[in-house]
Amino acid sequence: MIEVQNAAKSYGRLHALKEISWKVEPGEFWGVIGPNGSGKSTLLSLISGIEAPDHGEISLSGQPIASYNRKALSRKLAVLQQDGLPPVSFTVREVIEMGRFPFLDWRGREKDGHAEKLMQSIMDRLELGDLADRQLSSLSGGQRQRAALGKVMAQQPEVVLLDEPTTYLDIRYQQQFMELVAGWQREEGLTVISVMHDLNLASLYCDRLLVLNAGSLVAMGAPSEILNSDTMESVFDVKSHIVAHPDTGVPQLLLQKDAKNGWSEAGD
Amino acid sequence: MRTRLAGYGFIGLGLLIFSLLICIGFGSVHLPAGEIARILLHQLPGLGRWIQPDWSVASEQIVMQVRLPRVLLGLLVGASLAVAGSAFQGVLRNPLADPFTLGVSSGSAVGAAVLIFFGWQFSLLGIFTLPVVAFLTGAATLWIVMWLARENGKIPIESLILSGVVMQSFLGAVVSFLTAMSKRTINEILYWTMGSLSLRGWSYTAILLPYLLLGGLYLWSRSRSLNLLALGERQAAHSGLNVESTKLAVLLVATLMTAAAVSVSGVIGFVGLVVPHMIRLVTGPDYRLIIPLSALGGGIFMMWSDLAARSLLAPTEIPLGVITAFIGAPFFAYLLYRKKKAREREMR
Repeated sequence: MIEVQNAAKSYGRLHALKEISWKVEPGEFWGVIGPNGSGKSTLLSLISGIEAPDHGEISLSGQPIASYNRKALSRKLAVLQQDGLPPVSFTVREVIEMGRFPFLDWRGREKDGHAEKLMQSIMDRLELGDLADRQLSSLSGGQRQRAALGKVMAQQPEVVLLDEPTTYLDIRYQQQFMELVAGWQREEGLTVISVMHDLNLASLYCDRLLVLNAGSLVAMGAPSEILNSDTMESVFDVKSHIVAHPDTGVPQLLLQKDAKNGWSEAGD
Repeated sequence: MRTRLAGYGFIGLGLLIFSLLICIGFGSVHLPAGEIARILLHQLPGLGRWIQPDWSVASEQIVMQVRLPRVLLGLLVGASLAVAGSAFQGVLRNPLADPFTLGVSSGSAVGAAVLIFFGWQFSLLGIFTLPVVAFLTGAATLWIVMWLARENGKIPIESLILSGVVMQSFLGAVVSFLTAMSKRTINEILYWTMGSLSLRGWSYTAILLPYLLLGGLYLWSRSRSLNLLALGERQAAHSGLNVESTKLAVLLVATLMTAAAVSVSGVIGFVGLVVPHMIRLVTGPDYRLIIPLSALGGGIFMMWSDLAARSLLAPTEIPLGVITAFIGAPFFAYLLYRKKKAREREMR
């Protein structure tokens, strides 16, 4: 589905991403993890086509990302940003309809008119029915993020990129959000790439993890192969215990409390 | 959306026609609205034979040759400036943007004033010379203003306005200097720096109309893109919008409409600021409604402003820009105040 070949990106003298190669198969749910400044967001913005790599190539369905025009790309690939949607005075319904933008002809009509049913199914799935006519500026962070997900769903993409989608949500909305994405992914056979800060959430919901550190690819594989005390120490510089989740057996992370080690050379 | 547009549009058109009849009626000779309506309807092809001309020739002369061209020109100028203002606000995502505060109006005025000072207004491109040159100088001004205001690839709201004000006072001084050198009356200077619609015949209306129609339709066709831009440039790009080319095209068309308006009426400020905000209060943030309704609202606003300009101190005329500034500048202050309040709320 997505193939990254020797892609590198620098900003001035900062090498944000150094020669990364990576392949994503259709229907996979990938989590991208790594410390702050490791190049996660850069990788995502290269795949989203907003920025071009300095060298190397990124292709989507066998074609270079750069060869798609913006509308064609948006019909295949959707992005949910970390900060979601700004508090504008458009209503939830209006914003979700904006997700249809790449499917409209020059007069603003749907090319094939099944949008009404699609809108309804999105509203139902995300339980946005009661909020449909509320302005975005009057919603809580969790509700606004759900509306943002609705807009992404209206794009009917094959690939979804999520950039730390749960950062500003409380724990209830974090779980709700990940469940919604996972359900959508299962039903539509979607490919998901999500930058994750919360490693336990990543382990619960992602099939595979990609670990970045200082712009380089450190490891990739299933959570059970990746999440262990050694990786935690070498990549994140934390001492931890790994336990198996009682339900599914996926690894979950417990931090060790150690005041002395806590601040030792913990680079950002 | 369609039904709302039809509803608002119907009310707007009604107000527009009402304003037109009132504004034509006022003047040294008062004409009743009913008579004006019949004179105007009589002019329409096909309707003429149903209406018996029972008015004096003088009335018809006043309406058709003096008042109607002026009122219609006001309508077109107001509509152009208001549509340009709403487009600037949308694409720059800056609620304080308008052709006047961005310095585009003054930039266009400089181009036009130079041409007229040297008597070149019909050289090169005939009747298109004035609008085209005004467009070029207006676009150059906009480019300089945006370049001055840019910080790290972003354009902060206040510094854009500050750069606009700096350019505007400099270019305003250039225009005043040119008009002072031309040894004409003080009225000429006032005309260019504060705007006026007096003594403009039908030809000016004809020059402006195509710019308003084509420019307005183009900007209206981009209104979905402006809606997307309201969510942020990155968000808009992710949703399939080609952000850079859209911004460039919208800025250029809005500048062209401003230039065309300025080259027939001089610099009239704040219309593009006040009107779209008023419309927004009624309709909400959707540019599919804001752009066409701003055209109607701008026309109405300008007709009443011009009526005030020519009748408050009659027979002396107040420059039109004075009237719009009396309304617009306090409104600008109010917007600043509201922004400050919103920011303070966020800090808490």
